[in-house]
Amino acid sequence: MTMILDVRSLSKGFTMHHLSTTMAAFDDVSFSLHAGEFLLLKGRNGAGKSTLLRTLYRSYLAASGQILFHASHGVIDLARAADVDVTYLRRTEIGFVTQFLTPRPRVSAEALVAEPLRLAGIAAPDALDQARHWLNAFGVKPALWPAYPTTFSGGEQQKVNLARALILPQRLLLLDEPTASLDVSARAALIARLAELKAAGTAMIGVFHHPGDVAELIDRTLDLTPAPIQQKDRADVVV
Amino acid sequence: MTLTLDTPQLVKTQPLLVARNVSKSYGAVHALRDVSAVVYPGEVLGIVGESGSGKSTFLRCLNLEETPDSGSYTLDLPDVQGNLFDLDRYARRMLCATRIGIVYQNPHLGLLMHHSSSGNVAERLLVAGERRFAVLRDKASAALDASEFPLDRMDAPPVELSGGMQQRVQLAKAIALEPALLLLDEPTTGLDVSVQALVLDTLKRLQQDRRITMVIVSHDLGVIRTLSDRVMVMRRGQVVETGLADQVFQDPQHAYTQQLVHAKL
Repeated sequence: MTMILDVRSLSKGFTMHHLSTTMAAFDDVSFSLHAGEFLLLKGRNGAGKSTLLRTLYRSYLAASGQILFHASHGVIDLARAADVDVTYLRRTEIGFVTQFLTPRPRVSAEALVAEPLRLAGIAAPDALDQARHWLNAFGVKPALWPAYPTTFSGGEQQKVNLARALILPQRLLLLDEPTASLDVSARAALIARLAELKAAGTAMIGVFHHPGDVAELIDRTLDLTPAPIQQKDRADVVV
Repeated sequence: MTLTLDTPQLVKTQPLLVARNVSKSYGAVHALRDVSAVVYPGEVLGIVGESGSGKSTFLRCLNLEETPDSGSYTLDLPDVQGNLFDLDRYARRMLCATRIGIVYQNPHLGLLMHHSSSGNVAERLLVAGERRFAVLRDKASAALDASEFPLDRMDAPPVELSGGMQQRVQLAKAIALEPALLLLDEPTTGLDVSVQALVLDTLKRLQQDRRITMVIVSHDLGVIRTLSDRVMVMRRGQVVETGLADQVFQDPQHAYTQQLVHAKL
């Protein structure tokens, strides 16, 4: 199987200068992921699931460790890669699906969905056709396609967000609770699209409030809950 | 944290703009201290920082309006060689007129306020050597149209236009010759929010359709976040942090950047 991601001893903490402190998010995480595999991240609130996804995407900077991404043109450590390489990979090989849409003023739903295709060099009419196909697939009414999503309901915005995030097949897809605020039919459309991408070889890492939604897709799970502190390691306990 | 000029592994294109160790003092005031920046073709670099941080001075250096005390500046373009700070006045003027476009916060700096809007755009084409009236008129109206300026007002002088319209004329003038580099100095400051959205949308469209390389200076973090691929944070004439736009805003490393991000409404 083709290796996609090899994460080695990855750690992340947040330095808060105004409090003169560093807050650890996760520590010494290692795993690997192959093409077409789906990895579910588990753990209680605050275990660092979303933080791990954002560190892999480079929205957060890793404190230490390696994120070896097997891109189509070679292996690159995302923890240390040049910004311009990360921008290029985000445009072509690594996707991130969040639970919120970031609408831009005066940009229609269909233009927003077509944008990743336009940036990948696909001509405007083709990009728009595909955008409309996916808006339809996620259950956004045609009357809303040329409208500005700024005023859409949370659920409608999320459908636009998913259409945009999943329109371009990627090598690696990071999913941060994409089923939140979705109705039943949109959820079914999402799972169908994820299954299709997975079968075509996209590797996925996801965080889900209700993992049951995607039960049939999950190949492996990774639990980020820190191991309980051993008695012998505790300084405050006299043995 | 100082800027590291990371060597990309995957992207093989050369950077369009490389500025290294640019320093400039006005008497005892250090306006710029060893400022370096690299911008790749099609990329948008946003520069943020408080008033007096040196961001506009740096932009004026990139537009060759200022000569720094030391440092180098190169553009990877055919027929453009060496440190651009060493060019004489005439060569600077030609380079700026033909390859670099600029939009100022104050339209008075970029426009002849009592000449027609189309004339303002055509002036840029005249400097570049175009003399045929029909071509001048066609190119000027195409640039105004791309900047979403209503063509029925193209003969009105900027003095009769609103602030948002004046910014569009500046933008049209800046893109008339398809510049390799577009510099924007606080392009939306002073405009009301709806007009600001129009200008941002126009810039975003130019970015998408023409892949113009841009350097944009603003104290408005929202504007920078909307437009930029990468962000450079300046304070007291120095670069304190650079990174991908989302990383700088979500996981700022430097104490000053954290302060700046947390101060946003």
